[in-house]
Amino acid sequence: MSTIALPTVDEEIWRYSRIGELDLDSFKLGKLSTKIDASSAAKQIVSSTTNVVPRDVTDIFEDLNVRHAQLTAISIAKNQVVAEPIVITHSLHESGVVAYSRLVVEADENSEVTIVERFVSSADINSLIVPVVDVRAAQSARVTYIAINELGSATWQIGYQQAVGQRDSMMKLFTVALGGDYARMRAEVRLEGQGANSQQVALYFADENQMHDFRTLQDHAAPRTHSSLLFKGAVKDTAKSVYTGLIRIRENATKSEAFQTNRNLTLSNGAWAESVPNLEIETNDVKCSHASTVGPIDEEQRFYLESRGIQPEIAERLVVLGFFDEVLNRLPVLPFIAGLRERVSTKLLGAKL
Amino acid sequence: MTTLEIKNLAVAVGGTQILSDVSLTIKSGEVHAVMGPNGAGKSTLSAALMGKPGYVVTSGSVKLDDVDILALPTWQRATAGLHLIMQYPTEIPGVSLQDAMSAALDMRNQDSNHLKKLIETEAKRIGFDPELVMRSVNVDFSGGEKKRSETLQLAVLQPKIAILDELDSGLDIDALRDCAQRVEDATRETNLGVLVITHYSRLFDQLKPDFVHILTNGRIVKSAGPELADELEVTGYVAYTN
Repeated sequence: MSTIALPTVDEEIWRYSRIGELDLDSFKLGKLSTKIDASSAAKQIVSSTTNVVPRDVTDIFEDLNVRHAQLTAISIAKNQVVAEPIVITHSLHESGVVAYSRLVVEADENSEVTIVERFVSSADINSLIVPVVDVRAAQSARVTYIAINELGSATWQIGYQQAVGQRDSMMKLFTVALGGDYARMRAEVRLEGQGANSQQVALYFADENQMHDFRTLQDHAAPRTHSSLLFKGAVKDTAKSVYTGLIRIRENATKSEAFQTNRNLTLSNGAWAESVPNLEIETNDVKCSHASTVGPIDEEQRFYLESRGIQPEIAERLVVLGFFDEVLNRLPVLPFIAGLRERVSTKLLGAKL
Repeated sequence: MTTLEIKNLAVAVGGTQILSDVSLTIKSGEVHAVMGPNGAGKSTLSAALMGKPGYVVTSGSVKLDDVDILALPTWQRATAGLHLIMQYPTEIPGVSLQDAMSAALDMRNQDSNHLKKLIETEAKRIGFDPELVMRSVNVDFSGGEKKRSETLQLAVLQPKIAILDELDSGLDIDALRDCAQRVEDATRETNLGVLVITHYSRLFDQLKPDFVHILTNGRIVKSAGPELADELEVTGYVAYTN
């Protein structure tokens, strides 16, 4: 139980969300089945009982997560380089439950690791999953984290990512969201050490009645920090998506650079996407830019391909896959990346099959 | 033997009549040049023939042999044998020339097994950097690379009739020579019929017109042999614009 009330769409961070539809009391506490694939050496750094780094609780879901989450903690020692990626797969097999996962990644000085976290449920699972991820990159640490939402079309997700980077660290945070009914992720990066670097990259594609919802923060709290964000999404049928993103440059974060790009394709007349970029800059001598677009496939691009004798459905598929390739090509080379592209392609064909 | 027959074609864009009465007959192996000043409606002709959205045919007919071209969507005009080389080829981020050509051959039920080899051969022939084949179509291509890419696609798809919309704009002399020569070769090798739309006669050094038509104010005002192009080089369009 939590003493915090459920949020409402009146709060800016929940604006446009489907939080009003959630009847949290109707869900009982459920359990995720979690599988970890890693080399035997890497497995030694994974535990479920380490001292958890503290985090600020901002709402009821984070509060409940602290109380109930199944913990996975990964600690990478100073100078340790984990060659093979660690792949964590959470599966939800029960309907009518809320399940909490928490992943804590603590990368010590000059260490390196790649972690993939997959969330899987089948189409008939009517449940809620609340994942929380904390990444802590110490000086010069290099952390790559990839979240993949492969949830069924009746499963809800309300997720939180918080990544904090110290001096000269490099954090790459990827999200691929294809599944879920209402699937939300609050993805926050804080650059605390001078020269810290972050990249946030996401691909999301909702069809039928799905809704994807992203709230991002690039928080620069030290000089010469660098952040970039590229979120690309598509909505089809009557699907919806929301992106709101804030770049915050604090007073001491001089000579910092922050870039934010959000592009959305609306592939059907009934589909809807919202994009709201924001800047909050408290100092001069910084370089910031943000760009956001929402719209259908470019008519000139479609015409060009059609003029080569390619029928509209195929032309559209080529353009959308091309649109997403900019994101997929940035992902580390891993066996399942090709499968993701295939899933996007299948989803595009969707109703036509 | 193929014939593209354009009869009394009238086209409006955004409610304004741009072409009012254009008739042309282009047969396999022939090169027809349509020349005219800026704003004469030259690009409107090419866009309307290919069915570009926004170009409304208000009267007239276009037939490719027995096929009513105007009744077909753009992609079927292309698979029927029409091909447009665009003045400003569109950038398609994330779609490679290889993928686009592979899809285009699929639509024609043509085997794309030899596509890679074919592209390599054709790229070499017109001096197109083969590295660019795997890159996104036209993205970060120079003017010359874009037109070489357009010409390469024509060579791969082997249409019956090609429409060249200002092939000579935005490219250097070398690229112009390579592209124009390749189209000229196609008129002999694959019996390609060509409608070449241009201001200038400079590409005629390689691509030799059999007929020259002057288009001004939305009409063909004069048709003659290649000597008309030479005359225009001297006198300009002034005599035909009023």
